[in-house]
Amino acid sequence: MAKNHNIPEFKAEWKEGEQGKWGMAIDMDICTGCNACVAACAMENNVPFVGEEDAGYGRGMHWIRIERLWEGKYPEIKTEFQPVMCQQCGSAPCEPVCPVFASVHSQAEKLNVQVYNRCVGTRYCANNCPYVVRTFNWFDYDRPEPLNNQLNPDVTVRQRGVMEKCTFCIQRIHKAQDQANSEGREVFDGEVQPACAQACPADAIVFGRIDDPESRVSKLAKQGRGYKLLEDLNTLPQVTYLQGGSHVRNG
Amino acid sequence: MSVMAKPLAHAHGHEEHDHEAELRKEHLLLDPKPRGEMNAMVMDMMGGTTWKFWVVAAIMGALVLWGLVYSWGMMIVNGLGLAGVNQPVYWGLFLVHTVFWIGISHAGTFVSALLRVFKAEFRRPFTRAAELMTTFSLAQAAVMIFAHMGRVWLAYWMFPLPNQRQLWPNFHSPLMWDFLAINTYLLSSTMYLFLPLIPDLAMARDRSTGWRKKLYSILALGWRGTEGEWTHLRHALNIFAFAILPIMFSVHTIVSWDFAVAMRPGWSSTIFGPYFVVGAIHSGVAAVGMVLVAVRALMKNMDYFIRPEHFDALGKLMLIISMAWAYFFFNDFMVQWYGGDKWTDELLHFHEAGKWGWIWFLMLICNIAVPWLTLWNKTVRRTPWAMFIIGLLINVGMWAERFIIIPVSLSINRMPFRWGDYEPGVEVPIFIGSLAFFILLYMLASRILPLVPVWEVQEGQMAHSIRKYGKEPVVTVSDLE
Repeated sequence: MAKNHNIPEFKAEWKEGEQGKWGMAIDMDICTGCNACVAACAMENNVPFVGEEDAGYGRGMHWIRIERLWEGKYPEIKTEFQPVMCQQCGSAPCEPVCPVFASVHSQAEKLNVQVYNRCVGTRYCANNCPYVVRTFNWFDYDRPEPLNNQLNPDVTVRQRGVMEKCTFCIQRIHKAQDQANSEGREVFDGEVQPACAQACPADAIVFGRIDDPESRVSKLAKQGRGYKLLEDLNTLPQVTYLQGGSHVRNG
Repeated sequence: MSVMAKPLAHAHGHEEHDHEAELRKEHLLLDPKPRGEMNAMVMDMMGGTTWKFWVVAAIMGALVLWGLVYSWGMMIVNGLGLAGVNQPVYWGLFLVHTVFWIGISHAGTFVSALLRVFKAEFRRPFTRAAELMTTFSLAQAAVMIFAHMGRVWLAYWMFPLPNQRQLWPNFHSPLMWDFLAINTYLLSSTMYLFLPLIPDLAMARDRSTGWRKKLYSILALGWRGTEGEWTHLRHALNIFAFAILPIMFSVHTIVSWDFAVAMRPGWSSTIFGPYFVVGAIHSGVAAVGMVLVAVRALMKNMDYFIRPEHFDALGKLMLIISMAWAYFFFNDFMVQWYGGDKWTDELLHFHEAGKWGWIWFLMLICNIAVPWLTLWNKTVRRTPWAMFIIGLLINVGMWAERFIIIPVSLSINRMPFRWGDYEPGVEVPIFIGSLAFFILLYMLASRILPLVPVWEVQEGQMAHSIRKYGKEPVVTVSDLE
């Protein structure tokens, strides 16, 4: 039979993991744990507030959290703060397990994206995420007046029963790319900032192109202080954590 | 086809003169009744309902309304937050009960197909009761999967339906495998239930009037009992009995892969496939025992068909399967513990000594200690109420095993900041509703379908006979088929 070139050959395209495009460097040495990133992220991405009781039960929906880690024994104690959001893995465990392709890898941005309208809510992706960063819409959450006016028109409001997670503020990436395209240039370093990086008073979160060796984020990641979360799982995260020489904590 | 059937008993040299009467009392297949009489017994069984039957049916119906219609409806309208799931315990009792019901469904196929394949004669009177369990409990498993979904009204997106946007389900996902495996199992086990039912439906058709006559006429597919029809039925049954066994094994293996392929401490285990299959059979055979006790106690004429010999045989099966389960459990535990992975160590410690540690010990007691300490005893095995309690405890133990594997294991992950706890919510009424739905379906089916495979019993009775060698009664079994 003659080969029909219009139909792509069926082939499972498992890659060894992909070289990322957008990435982040988070300097834990200067993070003060002020939670400004958490608030900014919730504003930017229409993340609902679930109320005190549900948040206490583990249903808080923030896409980024500040982990508070103690080192040493009382009274010789040191506090460390670690902002954790979706690591946008190059080889993401959440992607293959979704039965309806709601959790997919975007070829353009090289990010792990969640298609809210496709999600049927099996929550397998969240179980398989070693970083536990996916949040689920347990209810349809109220936004009493005048908070409804605060919603960001660039971001979908999600329905109950749908999984969601950090997108690296993909709407901002698209805006910057559209702007750059219309001016016939590349997006320059620092032009895109996700809400968390923008809000960080200590400038502990740096965002940019990790495939560009000259970008600020690439240079920071190469300083020698960098490590990835749960690196031994080989999920190839796009977020690098910087810390004064100690790489042991999350090994 | 000619196969040797196993004799039921061996004659011993120095028995009393009433040995033959004892043999007949003990073994259904040596205690034949005329066909007409047996048919009448089974018809009588289906026809007889007392007011107690309808009271229980009404209570079950009310529980179904409360659990599956009201509670589940509230959850669909308000959101999955009414259940106890949270971050990090994204999967809770719904999946525990999915695995639980699929486990129970394994009994029907195991007891019926495996024993048919191996020509175990004691299976004859209760294969149908077991097969009915398979179909109905699979339906409950489906209910649980749907209840588990965040947007159940879009469940059809899991079907590979051609559509304009060329959206397709993801066949890399274990949930898709699961979905296909359960569908295959439901379809094939329903066909396997229906095939041997045809001659009995025809028997019922010829002995009933009114709506029953109409119903049986349709279901019996015009069966007349010609030699050709019997040959086809035997061939089909033979094919199905062999073909459904790998399906049964694959279904629970795939259910186990939902967990085993995930990148989680405690789940990522290569032995989960056979471990789950054995666990399913453990709970399933115990459930068959429970159903047989209930059916025997509550239905007319059943004590003729179900005798202590059957509980005896099931008890031996339960004991062996309990040993197999213990073997797999130990294997799984031992290798994970020896591996020394930090997160697995945390998890195993949490299993035994954490908040839910008592459930872990309950699992070991019910799954191992209870059957091992009781079922070696022939008197216990032949006592129906004791078998009911042991079956119930084994099912409690298997429920505990799944509870440990799903919500308890999900509490511990690789990000200690995000460890959590689980409190069941609306899962409980929904489970009670599904349990009531199962019982209701079974009750109704027991009055509509012949619960005893009459032709199989008659066939078995024809093949078995007692001959005398001198004064000695000797059981002989002739070749069948």
